[in-house]
Amino acid sequence: MFATFQARAEAVSAEVHRFATRQETLEFLLEFLRAEGVRDTPGADAVWADCPFLSGLDRAQMAARTPGLHFEVTRESAAAAKVGISQMDYAIADTGTLVENATAVERRLVSTLPEIHVALLPTSAIYPDLATAMVLLKPDHEAYLSLITGPSRTADIERVLTIGVHGPRRLLAVFVDDLEGQR
Amino acid sequence: MKDTFGGSIQAALDNPNLSRALGRFSEAYRISRAKAYEGIDFESVRRRIVATKGWAASHLEELAAQFTRQAEARGSKVFRASDAAAVADYVIGVARSRGIEAVVKSKSMASEEIHLNHRLEEAGVKVAETDLGEWIIQLAGDRPSHMVMPAIHLTKEQVAEIFSHEVNQRLSSDIPRLVRVARDELRGKFLAAGMGITGANIAVAETGSLVIVSNEGNARLVTTLPPVHIAIVGIEKLVATFSEIVPILTALPRSATGQLMTSYVSVLTGPAPNTDGTAKELHIVLMDCGRSAMARDPHFAEALQCIRCASCLNVCPVFRLVGGHVFGKTYTGGIGTILTAWFDRLRQADEIQSLCIQCGNCAEVCPANIDIPGLILELRRRLVAERGQPAVERAAFSVINNRPLFHSLLRAAQLLQKPLVRDGFIRHLPAFLNDLCEARSLPAIAETPFHQRFANVVQLPGREKAAFHAGCLIDFVYPEMGEAVVRILNRAGIEVLFPSGQTCCGAPARYAGATQAAEESVLRNREALLDGQPRYIVSACPTCAVTLQEDPQLAGRLIDFSSLVKKLVDDGRLTLTENEEAALVTYHDSCHLKRRLHASEPPRELLQAAGYRLAEMYESDMCCGMAGSYSLKQPEISGRILQRKLENAAATGAPVIATDCPGCALQLRGGLDKAGAPMQVRHTAELLAERLGK
Repeated sequence: MFATFQARAEAVSAEVHRFATRQETLEFLLEFLRAEGVRDTPGADAVWADCPFLSGLDRAQMAARTPGLHFEVTRESAAAAKVGISQMDYAIADTGTLVENATAVERRLVSTLPEIHVALLPTSAIYPDLATAMVLLKPDHEAYLSLITGPSRTADIERVLTIGVHGPRRLLAVFVDDLEGQR
Repeated sequence: MKDTFGGSIQAALDNPNLSRALGRFSEAYRISRAKAYEGIDFESVRRRIVATKGWAASHLEELAAQFTRQAEARGSKVFRASDAAAVADYVIGVARSRGIEAVVKSKSMASEEIHLNHRLEEAGVKVAETDLGEWIIQLAGDRPSHMVMPAIHLTKEQVAEIFSHEVNQRLSSDIPRLVRVARDELRGKFLAAGMGITGANIAVAETGSLVIVSNEGNARLVTTLPPVHIAIVGIEKLVATFSEIVPILTALPRSATGQLMTSYVSVLTGPAPNTDGTAKELHIVLMDCGRSAMARDPHFAEALQCIRCASCLNVCPVFRLVGGHVFGKTYTGGIGTILTAWFDRLRQADEIQSLCIQCGNCAEVCPANIDIPGLILELRRRLVAERGQPAVERAAFSVINNRPLFHSLLRAAQLLQKPLVRDGFIRHLPAFLNDLCEARSLPAIAETPFHQRFANVVQLPGREKAAFHAGCLIDFVYPEMGEAVVRILNRAGIEVLFPSGQTCCGAPARYAGATQAAEESVLRNREALLDGQPRYIVSACPTCAVTLQEDPQLAGRLIDFSSLVKKLVDDGRLTLTENEEAALVTYHDSCHLKRRLHASEPPRELLQAAGYRLAEMYESDMCCGMAGSYSLKQPEISGRILQRKLENAAATGAPVIATDCPGCALQLRGGLDKAGAPMQVRHTAELLAERLGK
């Protein structure tokens, strides 16, 4: 199912990665932030919304290693950030879709305002199709659910597909084999 | 000129950007839609949508009440609005009481329908559309030309001009750069707005949830950043249960844009936290505006199943020429014609309904299985009932069923046309009628009609009988097609009867909304054709066949020419000889044969069995622009459609176009004659009659 997800997500311009462990993922992420030039300057920083991936990790140490990486997500910090990181709940293989309970506003802020959105999720949370994934959604307890399929796009000018309008210009879906789900 | 309907059509036809953009899009759309549905059983998705939305349309009041209870229990405020003014008053009331001066909107057809922006601006509230296409339209003071792609009629140069004016800076027409400008300009507006306004694609009664789909990400910002969110939702967006979202989300992106899924789908159930930690103030306006009345109508309730994918626009041969502007303010294309009649006024749809060419492309792709052409005919019928039939049409339909009078009039016309006829065509008419043969020459009326020639066709006695309904064109214009039909069937041991009491099938009257004249035709034909107890009633005109088939007494025996001959060949009753010379032909599908009688294969198989080589043309099943009297009522549009068809046919290199429809043959032959093109058009029957075996 990962292969299907990867093919479908890449077909809509998402970038798909997979790592065996949280540690490897963390190394990849910090290196990614460095390569993207993330630094402590408005417009160049990164915001990371609270999520199970972070549990047990030393955020202060991570922030020290990557200046400009903030764990406090506000309207202002997200609007000024270049990269937003959050954890998703599920993936849908046959459409290349990520699904999250985005009720916590921090999760919405990091996935809407920055230019780049990095979405982390457990490899075990891939479901085959929309119908299967829908059963897992609990609108009674989840005020804001988001399904995200690739980066933001438009074809409103001369039908020319252009990636990156109001939402992220790049979407990274990063699967972690040893990550627990967040619910 | 542009203010009149005819003027707006002419302006659209004269706009090369529009027809180029729409033409290219319609070609690409066909492919991307097919690809998006790979591995999906479209018919089954469609059945589920019909079940869901059909049930909802007949339970709107219950669903609205349930939705209200559920949404309010979760902290949303629900307001039921019966008309446009009530919606606007409510929104303005909320804005005033919160001191809101600026609003950001994501795309909402419902708000466009009620001209909400205009009301808000009047009340001193600044509104920014944030969907890129809608923003362009707003800045240009223009109107959307397509339900999904509102600015498709504008070029990148025009957009650069509009944006340059807005940002006070000379911008190039580089599209990514223009999109970047929109992102930067609108970002500030998102962050500053006191209220976000959205529509919704689905409203779920069971949970009080709203489903909003978008690609640009603006809907997520509109629903997240401002502290107040008002969703304006037509009550036809209601479905009963949460799981019913699935078929709609399966079809909507695929049918709308050929995507497997839009970039974003947001499901909102009650207020979520604002960025300052307070709870969102979420208002949901359930808007009626004619929908309940529509739901009570036995014919039109079906149109409430629409999920607004706009696929009916994308496959429409007329829309791709004229675009959305000729349709009026909000809803465009086939479904737009129907919605305008109900959400606005029936009379408002009077002119735009005449654009429908009745080709059936839209009904074939509609994910909600709405009989759009059928409903447009019903509109036509009601309009005629309301304002009366034009005198000329009324006179024509009364003559058409009076066969002795009709025959003698045609005889007179046949004599009168003589000075105008050359090689069987009329190429010029007196000035005021000359539009009628602008794009194609008209055929001359045959010297001896089929009903007189029939007696001279020698037939062997047969073991079965078939009653042949000739229809007006074969009888009076192309009697040789009728003779070919008789020869072929008789060779297979069928004795062909030609009941003299038969009359016009009634299609012209029906398509003009003249129900009574159409019914009269049915009665006469029924009596004439069933007399003599034939095994088959055969028609070599798909339009006649479709019309006759609607009479339950005729339906069982009625069969179109090619389907019957295919059966006879398969049963070993007829042999077609393969000539040494394997002539190349290209086949044009008539709309009625392909999409109503579902017989696109039999004629192809027969032609190949008879030794013809088939060179398929591009869009072989696209309408030729004839559509009965359509070519007379909208000669400009019909002419453009014809031109495209002939180009596609010529590109195959085949010297002959085969078709099963004498109406299409009339149109195609006329166009070829006008263009001086050497191609021939032959009815399948004529081509097969030349290859009859022993």
